Amino acid sequence: MSGWRRRRAKLGVLPGFGLSMGFTLFYLALIVLIPLSTVAVMALGMSWESFWRVATSERALAAYRLSFGAAFAAAAVNLVFGTAVAWLLVRYRFPGKRLLDAAVDLPFALPTAVAGISLTTLYSTKGWIGAALEPFGVKIAYTPLGVAMALVFVGFPFVVRSVQPVLEALGRESEEAAATLGASWLRTFFRVVLPELVPAALAGFVLALARGVGEYGSVIFIAGNMPMKTEIAPLLIMTRLEQFDYPGAAAIALVMLVLSFALLFAINVLQWKAAQRLRSV
Amino acid sequence: MQEPRWFRAVLGVVTALFVAVVLVLPLATVFEQAFRKGVGVYLDALTEPDAVAAIRLTLVTAAIVLPFQLAFGLAASWALTRFRFPGKRLLVSMIDLPFAVSPVIAGLVFVLLFGSRGWFGPWLEQHDIRIVFAMPGIVLATMFVTVPFVARELVPVMQSLGTGEEEAAATLGAKGWTLFWRITLPNIRWALFYGAVLCAARAMGEFGAVSVVSGHIRGETNTIPLHVEILYNDYDFTASFAVASLLTLIGLATMAVKRMMEWGEARYAGRGEPSSEVVR
Repeated sequence: MSGWRRRRAKLGVLPGFGLSMGFTLFYLALIVLIPLSTVAVMALGMSWESFWRVATSERALAAYRLSFGAAFAAAAVNLVFGTAVAWLLVRYRFPGKRLLDAAVDLPFALPTAVAGISLTTLYSTKGWIGAALEPFGVKIAYTPLGVAMALVFVGFPFVVRSVQPVLEALGRESEEAAATLGASWLRTFFRVVLPELVPAALAGFVLALARGVGEYGSVIFIAGNMPMKTEIAPLLIMTRLEQFDYPGAAAIALVMLVLSFALLFAINVLQWKAAQRLRSV
Repeated sequence: MQEPRWFRAVLGVVTALFVAVVLVLPLATVFEQAFRKGVGVYLDALTEPDAVAAIRLTLVTAAIVLPFQLAFGLAASWALTRFRFPGKRLLVSMIDLPFAVSPVIAGLVFVLLFGSRGWFGPWLEQHDIRIVFAMPGIVLATMFVTVPFVARELVPVMQSLGTGEEEAAATLGAKGWTLFWRITLPNIRWALFYGAVLCAARAMGEFGAVSVVSGHIRGETNTIPLHVEILYNDYDFTASFAVASLLTLIGLATMAVKRMMEWGEARYAGRGEPSSEVVR
């Protein structure tokens, strides 16, 4: 076969590779890749000392702590309750099940600004929940706790939608086998079912975490935005921009990007592992 | 394994409480606050000039962004699912990049490029072109953020459809565009529709990225979400929630579309599943 034919056979017989691939790469480069690279270029254009100074300033560290800490706590809560909801949806029948399944998608469908003002109103001292908790001295709005609660809303669907397909594919054979061998339901759950769910649940956890760290709209209203105390990392970037400190903003953005990509990598690994389990089930 | 009755009851109740508090109450709050002062005030908030300008800008932005993302989604899914080549995972990761990036960073990158101190800043000022703090910037930021939506809907569907039909048509003499229009498009029209719905909904609801790029100029560079923010920060809560209810209705509509598609897919099994991720 001539070289052209050989290449064609490897690629596939349908036409349009050049056009589709070319347009895809061109578009991606123009809209996504080149713009993103400006962050790296601008941040790396700074001297190492000034980059380090901005990226690890007291204020920046406080912001990372808040964003990451709240996102972690929220993702942990979602890990537990998300798995519970997935369990309910897959294993049980009850009236309103369709509604619950639909409700899980709510945080995905609701724009972040709307969620933000709604959650703030809800948890402020005059809101339904805030007022209920006030006698106990618990303040949620304008505290890190508020940020975490908002991120619980935002990240909820990730764990549910991650665990659901695995649970659905699991089937009951293994559990029934364990039961015939005399295992109690508790033991069966922890020894037979849970290990199968771990990769998917973890993938959902990391997805929720990654989303929570970079979240802006849902938390900017409830956060309080006091530097060093309730200032989230994305807000810090915005403040730098407003002061025309482009390199400073880029520096913090770079730190966040590196973190996001590390989390993304972890997610990919976990999802791949979960898919492996799915195939072997 | 049979969990004891009491366990199931407890799990059910605890979960129901959690869902009610975390998911349902925020939704209810939107409408309760929006209609607090009656329907008259609600409608006033929506017909006020700045609100109308915000609605117009939002719709125009979505109308500009959508065709580009449709074209990209079709091209990317065709390239990914109809050919064999190394590096597909990398390409998919690149398409998913906007999901992984904080919306503020999505806006930041365009300020770094086109802002007054950005790469092209001086050149733009020389030629009196405004990108940042004007509509082009808003459109670009929205485009960045919505890149993955259509592609992510199309790829699984086209993957599961396989190349059989198109290849058969090719052996019968059909050329490129004919293949595409006559075979591929009809098969993927529902995935394409749903991808378009998700893309448009996200384009209209995007907040963080547009917030960075827009400059918040009332009546000019405010989209609906930004207008919601301005009203809220002005303590005009009722109006803020009234405008927010528009976006909420759009969000609920996308959820309804998804349900309808899943219902339809149960009847025509094998056309692929819609994803639920409108992320951010």
